[in-house]
Amino acid sequence: MSADVLLSGGAPMRRGPYISRITNRTMNLLIRAAMLFMVGVFLALVLNLLQVQRNVTLFPPDVISSIFSSAWWVPPCCGTAAALIGLLYPCMDRRLGEPHKLKREWSNVMRCVAVFVGINHASAKVDFANNVQLSLTLAALSVGLWWTFDRSRSGFGLGVIIAILATLATQLLVYNGVFQYTSPDFLYIRSWLPCIFFAGVITVGNIGRQLALYEYKVSQEKTHQD
Amino acid sequence: MPLKRLRQNISAAFYRHGLLCASYPVPIILFTSASILTCCYPLLKLPLPGTGPVEFTTGVRDYSIPSHESPGDLSERPDWYQGPPVAYIQQVLVKAAVSPWDNSLVPVDVFRSPLGRVFSVLEEIRNHVYTDRSLEALCLQVTDLLPGLRRMQAVLPEHGCLLVSPGNYWQNRRDLFDADPDLLKTVHQHEPKGLHTSATLKDLLFGVPGKQTGVSLYNKKRVVTYTITIALSSYDARFVASLRARLKQLHPSANCTLREDHMVHVHFKEEIGIAELIPLVTTYIILFAYIYFSTRKIDMVKSKWGLALAAVVTVLSSLLMSVGLCTLFGLTPTLNGGEIFPYLVVVIGLENVLVLTKSVVSTPVDLEVKLRIAQGLSNESWSIMKNMATELCIILIGYFTFVPAIQEFCLFAVVGLVSDFFLQMFFFTTVLSIDIRRMELADLNRRLPAEAGMPPPKPGPLRPRETPPPPRPSPHTITLQAPAFRNLRLPKRLRVVYFLARTRLAQRIIMVGTVIWIGILVYTDPAGLRTLLAAQVSEQSPLGEAGLPPHLGVAPVFPGRDPTSTLSVLPAPEPTPLPENQSQGHRAARPEVVPVSSPQITWGPEDEELWRRLSFRHWPALFSYYNITLAKRYISILPVIPVTLHLSPQEAIDTRHPQDTHHAPPPSIKTSDLQADLTLYKVAALGLFAGVVLVLLLFCLYRVLCPRNYGQNGVPHGRRRRGDLPCDEYGYSPPISEISPLLLRGHSMDIECLASDGMLLASCCLARQIRVWDAQTGDCLTVIPNNGLRRSSSSGCWEHRDGWDHIGACEAENIFPIRRRTTPARPALFGDQPDLTPLIDTNFGSLPPSQTLSSSGFDFGGLVEKAYQEHETSPTLAFPPSPPASQQRRRSLGDQPVLPPELPPQNNGDWDSSVWAMELRGNLIATGRSSGKLELWDAVEGSLRCSNEDGVSGITALAFLNNRIVAARLNGSLDFFTVEITKPLGLLQYRGPPGRGSLPPSPCYSSEDVISCQLTRSVQCAHQKQITVLKAAAGRVVTGSQDHTVRVYRLEDSCCLFTLQGHSGGITAIYIDQTMVLASGGQDGTICVWDVLTGSRVSHVYGHRGDVTSLVCTTSCIISSGLDDLICIWDRSTGIKLYSIQQEVGCGASLGVISESLLVTGGQGCVSFWDLNYGDLLQTVYLGQSSEGQSVRQLLVLDNAAIVCDFGNELSLVYVPSVLEKLD
Repeated sequence: MSADVLLSGGAPMRRGPYISRITNRTMNLLIRAAMLFMVGVFLALVLNLLQVQRNVTLFPPDVISSIFSSAWWVPPCCGTAAALIGLLYPCMDRRLGEPHKLKREWSNVMRCVAVFVGINHASAKVDFANNVQLSLTLAALSVGLWWTFDRSRSGFGLGVIIAILATLATQLLVYNGVFQYTSPDFLYIRSWLPCIFFAGVITVGNIGRQLALYEYKVSQEKTHQD
Repeated sequence: MPLKRLRQNISAAFYRHGLLCASYPVPIILFTSASILTCCYPLLKLPLPGTGPVEFTTGVRDYSIPSHESPGDLSERPDWYQGPPVAYIQQVLVKAAVSPWDNSLVPVDVFRSPLGRVFSVLEEIRNHVYTDRSLEALCLQVTDLLPGLRRMQAVLPEHGCLLVSPGNYWQNRRDLFDADPDLLKTVHQHEPKGLHTSATLKDLLFGVPGKQTGVSLYNKKRVVTYTITIALSSYDARFVASLRARLKQLHPSANCTLREDHMVHVHFKEEIGIAELIPLVTTYIILFAYIYFSTRKIDMVKSKWGLALAAVVTVLSSLLMSVGLCTLFGLTPTLNGGEIFPYLVVVIGLENVLVLTKSVVSTPVDLEVKLRIAQGLSNESWSIMKNMATELCIILIGYFTFVPAIQEFCLFAVVGLVSDFFLQMFFFTTVLSIDIRRMELADLNRRLPAEAGMPPPKPGPLRPRETPPPPRPSPHTITLQAPAFRNLRLPKRLRVVYFLARTRLAQRIIMVGTVIWIGILVYTDPAGLRTLLAAQVSEQSPLGEAGLPPHLGVAPVFPGRDPTSTLSVLPAPEPTPLPENQSQGHRAARPEVVPVSSPQITWGPEDEELWRRLSFRHWPALFSYYNITLAKRYISILPVIPVTLHLSPQEAIDTRHPQDTHHAPPPSIKTSDLQADLTLYKVAALGLFAGVVLVLLLFCLYRVLCPRNYGQNGVPHGRRRRGDLPCDEYGYSPPISEISPLLLRGHSMDIECLASDGMLLASCCLARQIRVWDAQTGDCLTVIPNNGLRRSSSSGCWEHRDGWDHIGACEAENIFPIRRRTTPARPALFGDQPDLTPLIDTNFGSLPPSQTLSSSGFDFGGLVEKAYQEHETSPTLAFPPSPPASQQRRRSLGDQPVLPPELPPQNNGDWDSSVWAMELRGNLIATGRSSGKLELWDAVEGSLRCSNEDGVSGITALAFLNNRIVAARLNGSLDFFTVEITKPLGLLQYRGPPGRGSLPPSPCYSSEDVISCQLTRSVQCAHQKQITVLKAAAGRVVTGSQDHTVRVYRLEDSCCLFTLQGHSGGITAIYIDQTMVLASGGQDGTICVWDVLTGSRVSHVYGHRGDVTSLVCTTSCIISSGLDDLICIWDRSTGIKLYSIQQEVGCGASLGVISESLLVTGGQGCVSFWDLNYGDLLQTVYLGQSSEGQSVRQLLVLDNAAIVCDFGNELSLVYVPSVLEKLD
């Protein structure tokens, strides 16, 4: 009965409370941020597991035996970073006035995520002859990821900047002894780290843009209705 | 330029390929399947993935530790058989029994003393020395247990040889064993509760499966079996041989013929841990999400799921093919297939498949299937080839990284890509063509019954269909489109219920749950089901001990002698051939009567490799306790050393613990059986209880979630003879209402016109009789006979009535073809039907001279000529399908040229010209006749108040609003009349200005008043062709015509405001209401919504595959029905289709809206009520007993929520069922 009352209220009332809440901008922003945060945490946990298996990173031993196989602060940090990046990308698109147009579909986003996980997988599992080869391969893969799923200059620039910043931050952390790499080959860290960061930024940016598409659609519909 | 030529060539090649695939689907699918199977054939050689151990057997004699180098010779040595094993396992299998069995013994004696002997055997083994080699030097030294296994510390050996035996329970100390009051408790205290898949401690220590140990109070065979397991780090053949000889010498086993010449090497695969599983699972989740999001985009096909399945099959089989091909060419994959598989799928992708589907379904529908496929393929050929080339390039780059793993992946991916391309081109394209053909076939089938009586349609569609309409599955289902909107409209609760109902989820969950439960029951074996079964089997088998000759049974038992001789000679004598259960039961009751069987120890080939019966995780578990992994390594299992122990009863009694006798005397087998039975019953009862609770819970959930009493009131009814009840998408068939509609009888022929103003109801039948009914009670108030004066002259008409009844039935069925298809063959079809002839007025030219009213000033000659010409040509014109209300008229019109006029021209033509239109306002009935005469009748008195014969062309439609009557004529002219009521005093009494409010007041008049009807304006060429629809509301008159235009006139001054152009076919339906919303539907299947104030088109949608037959609006949506038997519901503001309801073929197209959310449609002898918000069928009301063949053609919704519909020669007054009233 309540649905009937709701539905018989005429055209403007026909939107349910759920949709109207989505349409609310700040609410939408919060939802998106929360989703991106969760994505970040999840990816951090899973990918760290890959690295830990190969003893690439070393955390204090008692932490390893815990469920989350990495220090407690890693997943929240990754989640926060993911939320920031994922919100930043659509925001930047809007500022620059050049909306991202390449294959805006969820299946494509899923493909992107899968390739990202694959890059991580390769970095952790595949035995390379030397580190230069590994790093070069991963760099090529990351750029390929960008070309396949993004192809926007702004996306590339933002990715590079964030990757450099994140690499610096990691170096600082290692320098201060928070954690360490088993076999650092480039200023306390692994040389492939920037590539992974870049690929991650592109992936999260892709997810963020796809999420923002919903808000865009809803608002467009609204203006159309008005 | 070469690029362009390449492009053209590719496109042409794809086109030809598409033609090929669509032409020969079956051979191509067979060919593809054959090639898939061929390519997958090499996979048979590959080992199945899994973690099961692999075995390899070598001889003991010439054993040497395999070298690390790969074997040069091509023996069947497996790859893993290299280097020394982790350990050599030497098992000493001990079988012990107290023999002969004595009735004075208690059940504990079965295993206490045999177990006690383990310590001496252990001692023997430990102290065995062969040429200064002792066990200490050879055995596998273990250090600490894993930190997590503190509780096993007391049991498993630490710091020393890895030597496990049941003695470990008592720290290998005899004194602890002797002091243990309850051995069973000690053994079982380490057993895990519940489900367990890995080896338990009991299995580890006893080294035999738990059931075979015989350590239990109910051991019927009274033989205890256990092993002493020694793990040796190095193999010294002589030491092992001497140990074997020594033990055999000490404890000889008679008739033991175990083979001792084979050594089994067991290789264990890598175990996948949780930590490695999580990323794997993640990638698979991502993969499935990808597949889901991809296949979700498949649309506009007959079977979405079928195509999605075909897409997945394409990808999977291409992967299998690539693996098979790689194997064929010697590229055995070293990568973990499961790990790289998701990435391969993502690389190969489903994109091409989707692109192909989209491209094919977007080709014009009216093309042949072959051409559609070919065109779709060639449209996408360039992008497909481009993508393929790009992917190959990327893979090529990857190949040049010179990383072996990546190279292998790339090689794989290349083969996968090529095979995927092959499958897409052959398999998927063919499946797509089959699907599209099925869709067309389904369309054809749906239309076939209607076309049965028609000449075969011309090749090539009569009217090209512009866009592909969505698939129509089956009658009376609701095709949902735009899931987002659907979601908006459905409450969550209902969606869940629908989901449950649709997938039959509850039943399936219960089924699966039951199966799992039974599986667990059998697996964990809580009630000893397996032993029960085994016991039954052994009872039934004739080879049991009972089959032994009786004279052997009386053979003497030698208590003090060497037990070997006893046992070697005598198998267990069992004198009574009773089943064991029974005999033991007897023994419990009278122990002294029945002789007791002595336990026997036998050695069979099944004892050779007893470890095989252990869990395959037995050895990994044992070694993992000491942090030794067996993954990717192997162990060698040496032949078992048999040891037979016989203990005398005296010895058993000596080793008794004082508490052992406190145990109850051997519980009778009955009670033990009872106990087992009890557990069984308990479990069964628990299961039953759980099932009942589950059912009750689900029932409650169902009741809570489904407020409607689905089918509870379903009174059995024999009325419905057609098998299929109307049901909605979820298979829900609403209860058939037993509401009997009020039947208004009185007409002798089919009712043609129906008009109502809420209070009164006027109907006119084919016999031109007008009846006025009370809309509330259904009483017939007035009858206006068709020929009060000239009954004799029209008797010919009545004589035909005898034939009418049965002709009428078939005629009613023939209605469908008429309105289903526009065809020129129609006159031939109906020319032989004589029934309508008397009703048709053909003499337009001879107007009766005795007209009462003043003749008009027009010259009719030209008009008459025109009318005749039009009538001559009308059969060849496209017949205007229209709401059924007007069909009868049209048919008679169409038949005119064929039928010779039978009746002589009559003077009083108005009696013989049929009524084509009728309107009712207040007490006045306005009738428009085929002769072009407009008459006004008094509804209560039944008297003709006035008539106007200004026009000669037949009045096809009438609108009566306030004091104005608008008549649309056959020749396309539009006449505006003014009704003037002159009181005797000469006062004009009108209430209210026109267009004032909701209901225009009826003109008030009394019987004394003089009513005149004057033509105020005649718009001669309102339309180029005949006017098909005329609607008036809110001070506007809207006409729709065959000339594809809609015109809007102002009622007051008959001024044409707008000519609305937008349809590409004749107008068949118009809706206008007080809120100035105008919607029009045409023969082209389009629906236009107009703004009446500005004349602009608000929206324009393609709605139906045939004519739009009727249109109704509510405040939020537009409801249209079409010749395709589809009822579509559109959003009024956006013009987006919310959903559509598929009706039965040939159902009426009449629609009515009772309230905002209640739609009523007329069907075959019934009216159905639908909930507009959800598209649910709420109720179906059957109108009469003889429901077959009669369809509701007109349907009026009265103000008091009653509906009136015509039903053959009756009228039905249906009050909206009470169930539905609640809904509002």
